[in-house]
Amino acid sequence: MTTYTDPPKESFRLSMLLYDTRYRSMTIQIIALMGFMLLAAWLINNTIQNLAALGKPIQFGFFTDAAGYDINQHLLEYDNQDTHLRASFIGLINTLIVAAMGCVTATIIGVMVGVLRLSRNWLVAKIMTVYVEMFRNIPVLLWIVLSMAILIESLPMPSAFRGEDPAATMKIFDSVALTNRGFYVPEPLFSRSLGDIHLFGQSSLRMDVSLDFLAFLIVLGLSIFAARKVTARAEAIQNATGVRPTTWYINLGIIVIPTMILLIALGFHLGYPELKGFNFSGGIYMRNSLIALWLALSLYTAAFIAEIVRGGILAISHGQTEAAAALGLRQGRIMRLVVLPQALRVIVPPLISQYLNLTKNSSLAIAVGYFDITGTLGGVTMNQTGREMECMLFLMLIYLIISLLISGVMNLYNNRVKLVER
Amino acid sequence: MKKTVFLGALTVAGLTAGVAGAATLDDIKARGKLNCGVTTGLVGFAAPDANGEWQGFDVAVCRAVAAAVLGDASAVEFVPTTGKTRFTALSSGEIDLLARNTTWTLSRDVDLKNEFIGVNYYDGQGFMVSKSLGVSSAKELNGATVCIQTGTTTELNLADFFRANDMEYEPVPIETNAEGQQQYLAGACDTYTTDASGLAATRATFENPTEHVILPEIISKEPLGPLVRHGDQEWGDIVRWTLNALIAAEEFGITSANIQDMASNGTDSPEVNRILGTEGNLGEMLGLEADWAVKAISAGGNYGELFEKHIGENTPVGLARGLNAQWKDGGLLYSPPFR
Repeated sequence: MTTYTDPPKESFRLSMLLYDTRYRSMTIQIIALMGFMLLAAWLINNTIQNLAALGKPIQFGFFTDAAGYDINQHLLEYDNQDTHLRASFIGLINTLIVAAMGCVTATIIGVMVGVLRLSRNWLVAKIMTVYVEMFRNIPVLLWIVLSMAILIESLPMPSAFRGEDPAATMKIFDSVALTNRGFYVPEPLFSRSLGDIHLFGQSSLRMDVSLDFLAFLIVLGLSIFAARKVTARAEAIQNATGVRPTTWYINLGIIVIPTMILLIALGFHLGYPELKGFNFSGGIYMRNSLIALWLALSLYTAAFIAEIVRGGILAISHGQTEAAAALGLRQGRIMRLVVLPQALRVIVPPLISQYLNLTKNSSLAIAVGYFDITGTLGGVTMNQTGREMECMLFLMLIYLIISLLISGVMNLYNNRVKLVER
Repeated sequence: MKKTVFLGALTVAGLTAGVAGAATLDDIKARGKLNCGVTTGLVGFAAPDANGEWQGFDVAVCRAVAAAVLGDASAVEFVPTTGKTRFTALSSGEIDLLARNTTWTLSRDVDLKNEFIGVNYYDGQGFMVSKSLGVSSAKELNGATVCIQTGTTTELNLADFFRANDMEYEPVPIETNAEGQQQYLAGACDTYTTDASGLAATRATFENPTEHVILPEIISKEPLGPLVRHGDQEWGDIVRWTLNALIAAEEFGITSANIQDMASNGTDSPEVNRILGTEGNLGEMLGLEADWAVKAISAGGNYGELFEKHIGENTPVGLARGLNAQWKDGGLLYSPPFR
């Protein structure tokens, strides 16, 4: 006969918090957390107290005051009587422009360099090695300043285009002017324009969106969607019969013809830059500050991306390539159909942090006089209003939001390319 | 209960933090050095010479204050600041005194919590262009690309000037004078704008200064002066009266050459005697030694001597006294009485 005895019911004693291993780690963690929170609270309180003692309590009212300064590159309409908030918004747009342009070019260059570094061609592989080592081992600020110096010193001034026998001439059928103040390229104009829609009324976030551009995007999007349907049908036929119908001319037609019709209907033509007074006018003006920053950020980040791509490709076992070759696939197809899709799941996560790096590095813009958000909100606005703490907090919040958005979107993409396990 | 202790601890921490940071004079004496904010390099006003010694008109103010307070004109730690970092450096306590051709404006004085202690150079904003451009007036600059130091009052004046005259311009923001010079000389901007004195100082360093002209329009008032943090009036007084002593010394003919003689033998002028500390107790009122002004003036000379030595007509900068002459000579320099 066995008797069961309940384990003695221990009543909770305070000393158990320290001596009982069930509770000890929790006790330590809670104490550490409290200590940390005390420290943080002390820092915050100290800051607030000191600012108040200095007569500068934290307040954000200055955002609605007139900024008073001009911003050279503004995609949305802006003048110096707009508010500081508006100026910050213009700066934010400029940050996003250079970050987006940089991410795209850095990816293209990075993937190409990464693949070419694995090339069997000795010269090509070595050149790519030199490129990667050069760019990733020198601080990006120096590359930015160097690109700017090269643009300023090597290209002609706008005044060199003047006169009977000018020292410099415009390139590509007189349509593009390369000057040491930036590049002037033709701009698309519409003689039967649909106009703009005004968003957000009179607020600091107001913006005009061109309906022509929207219409163009919609038509192009629909065409691409239709072209994909055609491709899907061709795939189905191939799967069923083994014969793939030729579709490229149908797709080309589907994509090009509706867009052409739309452009003709809107009266599309190009506006060329021409020399007027001190500078060129007309056309799209890409300032050398933008170009220098874009170029330097792209080339610098591309060096890192190249290494990530190379690593991703090397992570795919050689057996995969050999198996694909045994099936009779050609080099290009092996890369495109077998290696890259598997490499992507290795490549994408570190790629996200490179995009974030590029975006954050764009805050070096003021070194070449590009007005990004650090230049407007964290630069002139901070200086003219003397609200360092408020501006810095707001600036950090904005960068945080941008970074979280980028990683959010990229994580979605990552989930799509992840290896589907069965 | 716990919450109360927590809040109490916070209050104590906040209070102790609030008390620290007054009495700049004691800090400087304890440190044995004056931390003085200057430009990152503007010949004539503040720039290191061939030996790495800081020289210039603004630097002289720092040295005079250091001499008055510590008795040693070389006991200065020069902290180069840009237009953007200068006020933060001052309000954070990194520097005790900012002598960086800074324009005295209401918002900087009141809202940015600074204390301007006087004017050591009356200036105005001008434009410099290359002669080959054929421009003779700032009103002809419609559509021009303008290099401008960011974080300065000039940036706002420029916007106002072009708006008032209904003209367009393309601003190229730059961080330091050296960058501005590089961009301007390379032709990346048509004109460079800053205080007229700064333009003259910059032009002096060009290879061919005569190829550049400063346009006649002066588009703003720029009273440039040293400043200190708000909240320590005693320290502000010391700097203010050191500057006044330099100005008064010129007015009363006290120079670095005759000051020792005057101080040891005494003079017939009661005011000169009061400045030199042989009469009265002005030094004691400021919390300094009786011969504080003697040391300050001996450091580099009186206002006129400093002007001639660093930015006067015989220097490469080549500025005329103009508004910066003594009131007796038709200028604006006017020191309140030493009494």
